[in-house]
Amino acid sequence: MAYVPLADQEIELHHPHSWVTKYVWSQDHKVIAIQYGGTAIAVGLVALVLSLFMRMQLGFPETFDLIDPNSYYQSVTMHGMIMVIYLLTALFLGGFGNYLIPLMCGARDMVFPFMNMLSYWVYLVSVIILLASFFVSGGPTGAGWTLYPPQTSMAGTPGHDMGIVLMLVSLAVFIVAFTMGGLNYVVTVLQYRCRGLTMMRLPLSVWGIFVATVLGLFAFPALLVAAIMMLFDTLLGTSFFMPAVIESGAALDYDGGSPILFQHLFWFFGHPEVYIVALPAFGLVSDVLSTHARKNIFGYRMMVWAIIAIGLLSFVVWAHHMYVSGMHPYFGFFFATTTLIIAVPTALKVYNWVLTLWEGDIRMNAPMYFAIGFIFTFIHGGLTGLFLGNVVIDLPLSDTYFVVAHFHMVMGVSPILVLFAALYHWFPKMSGRMYHEGMAKLHFWCTFLGTYAIYLPMHYLGIHGVPRRYYALGTTEFMAPATQDANTAITIAALFVGASQLLFFINVFWSLRSGEKSGANPWGANSLEWQTPDTPPIHGNWGDELPTVYRWAYDYSVPGAHEDFIPQNTPESEEPTVDAEHFDPDHDVSKADL
Amino acid sequence: MKSLKHLADKPWEKKGIIGGLKPEGVFDTAAEKVALGFFLVVATVLFSLFTVSYFIRMELPDWRPLAEPAQLWLNTGLLVSSSVLFQLARNKVKRGEARNVFTLYLAGGVLAFLFIGGQLMVWGGLQEAGVYLTPNPAASFYYLLTGVHAVHLLGGLWVWSKTSIRLLSGCEPKDVRLSIELCTLYWHFLLVVWLVMFAILSNT
Repeated sequence: MAYVPLADQEIELHHPHSWVTKYVWSQDHKVIAIQYGGTAIAVGLVALVLSLFMRMQLGFPETFDLIDPNSYYQSVTMHGMIMVIYLLTALFLGGFGNYLIPLMCGARDMVFPFMNMLSYWVYLVSVIILLASFFVSGGPTGAGWTLYPPQTSMAGTPGHDMGIVLMLVSLAVFIVAFTMGGLNYVVTVLQYRCRGLTMMRLPLSVWGIFVATVLGLFAFPALLVAAIMMLFDTLLGTSFFMPAVIESGAALDYDGGSPILFQHLFWFFGHPEVYIVALPAFGLVSDVLSTHARKNIFGYRMMVWAIIAIGLLSFVVWAHHMYVSGMHPYFGFFFATTTLIIAVPTALKVYNWVLTLWEGDIRMNAPMYFAIGFIFTFIHGGLTGLFLGNVVIDLPLSDTYFVVAHFHMVMGVSPILVLFAALYHWFPKMSGRMYHEGMAKLHFWCTFLGTYAIYLPMHYLGIHGVPRRYYALGTTEFMAPATQDANTAITIAALFVGASQLLFFINVFWSLRSGEKSGANPWGANSLEWQTPDTPPIHGNWGDELPTVYRWAYDYSVPGAHEDFIPQNTPESEEPTVDAEHFDPDHDVSKADL
Repeated sequence: MKSLKHLADKPWEKKGIIGGLKPEGVFDTAAEKVALGFFLVVATVLFSLFTVSYFIRMELPDWRPLAEPAQLWLNTGLLVSSSVLFQLARNKVKRGEARNVFTLYLAGGVLAFLFIGGQLMVWGGLQEAGVYLTPNPAASFYYLLTGVHAVHLLGGLWVWSKTSIRLLSGCEPKDVRLSIELCTLYWHFLLVVWLVMFAILSNT
């Protein structure tokens, strides 16, 4: 192993010499990104299969023998936790954060490559610990992804012994991994941008990932505190959260703990977590929309400020998840108000995405399909959030399928659509090959229409009063017989969507082998990652010299320019001169001033 | 702040190079210091949340205040001395002096080890007095908070030991200046955390 300091950047690059150091113990941010991404997608598939098991039970009760009530709750818990933490957080920040931050910042690597590598391997350990709970006595915890005490530790809850312990240990290990990675992302963005690349010239992808990472660094400690204290309660018999409680007629040793304290800690992490997932999605989708609309992002400064404002506000809305736990009305009023206020910067972003499309020279490539699909699902999920943010509306809806539909639209489908948009958009850079366009578009329509077929009816089930978390609904007077028909239809749609994800994997594997060579910049994009001397970029990213940035990342369709894009590293002297023949003063899309 | 002022920039208006001949970070200091700064904020959030939990849990009826042993004052003295020695080592290395840096740095770490030993002795004393982790939540918090603080200190001692080995193996103090500076900052932080924690534990 050799450490070669580079003259132009005070960073020591670890140059691999063997297959193992190149692809396994790699300190290259791009390899680590792919390791993060591959692991996250793999564990996400486990969560997907669990959700299909649940849907089979709900859609066709008493037909299949796949799961019993206990494994239903275990599936609910593991599906939720894996999707939110181990898939979405890891893929957006560990995957895209790792891949894009150094490239978009014009850096050779993350600022601490060794710690970056360690971050991935510790993350992998957390995943292994989590999955190990499937194989211990009692199985994984079935306490629900919120892990509320006291039921987490009660004998009636599946996995109340080893399952919950492994879950908590896994979360603690994940947080250690995230902190190592997160410090890297934040410091790289702040300190390792190339010459000329000011913070306000950064692509919005970097802004989204950066602010989300800061949120993660400040929010995950709450989960760590909750996990440590709950581990003490479970293993050592303390009563931080566990109240005096009777189990099967016998009083347990616990006394006086506060379950509500756990809820506050959990949601002090849990709500920022929504934005830890959403903000990178906002950033990535902004870049995809702008590039494929051949138009600068509308209101760049407002987009940056909105990301920051959403990040700050996300720390003062947590108790809207706890309206049904009981709280002082003024407390509820405060949290309802902050929740509605956070809709303002969020709506601003939606308007700006739509206005970016307005009069754009839109190229309907597959990433654009997914990006536009995201705008639909996000508006849909966001609007139902306004309902649930109000205490009086939340109370009757809280334990129904309306909530399931809401958060799956806003936090499940929407970020997943962005993930696919981003995966298709950056696939040519990561692999050097194009994906199959037709297959990608088919994948979009199956996913987009399929997920609507799943979640749209769920809103009606929720308004109808169908409770969530039930293994079987049975026959209840207030539920119309059509409830079961809706559930059956939802299950068929879910199976269809689940199966259609195969298209993505087939496409990726086919394209890696037989896809057309993409060249360095197939989309004609401006940001730095498309300007690397090699595609895929090699270790060190930039050859002998780091790039210098002369402009923002959104100089698309500049009036009078010969081409409809001007990369960030194009000096003014090399800027295409105004071509009088093509100059149209009425079509000046570069004026994005607010 | 300069970086806050830049948030009002209109990047679509300015073309050309902004800044000097070299890349510019938001903070004019080593990346490691920025990372440690962020880590200290993260650790502050962690300890603050433990403290908030402590105060919320304290309101519940089963709480019985602990009488903290006098030895904690001695332990506090050890940690203060440890921090002072680190500061002296840092001052010397910053002035470019090499003499006694290693001794001061080494002694600072040893005192931190003694602090941890002292904390373990307090734990032993409490156990002998019948104050166990359960059932009194005040005792549970005592063990938890002092334990988490000690784990953070052990993390610092791991970095300290790596630097000490480098110094032992003949490395010049100026070559490990950054490590000494970072350790000093971290020690001061953990001292402040301990002082706040000690004040809370003693007065509740």
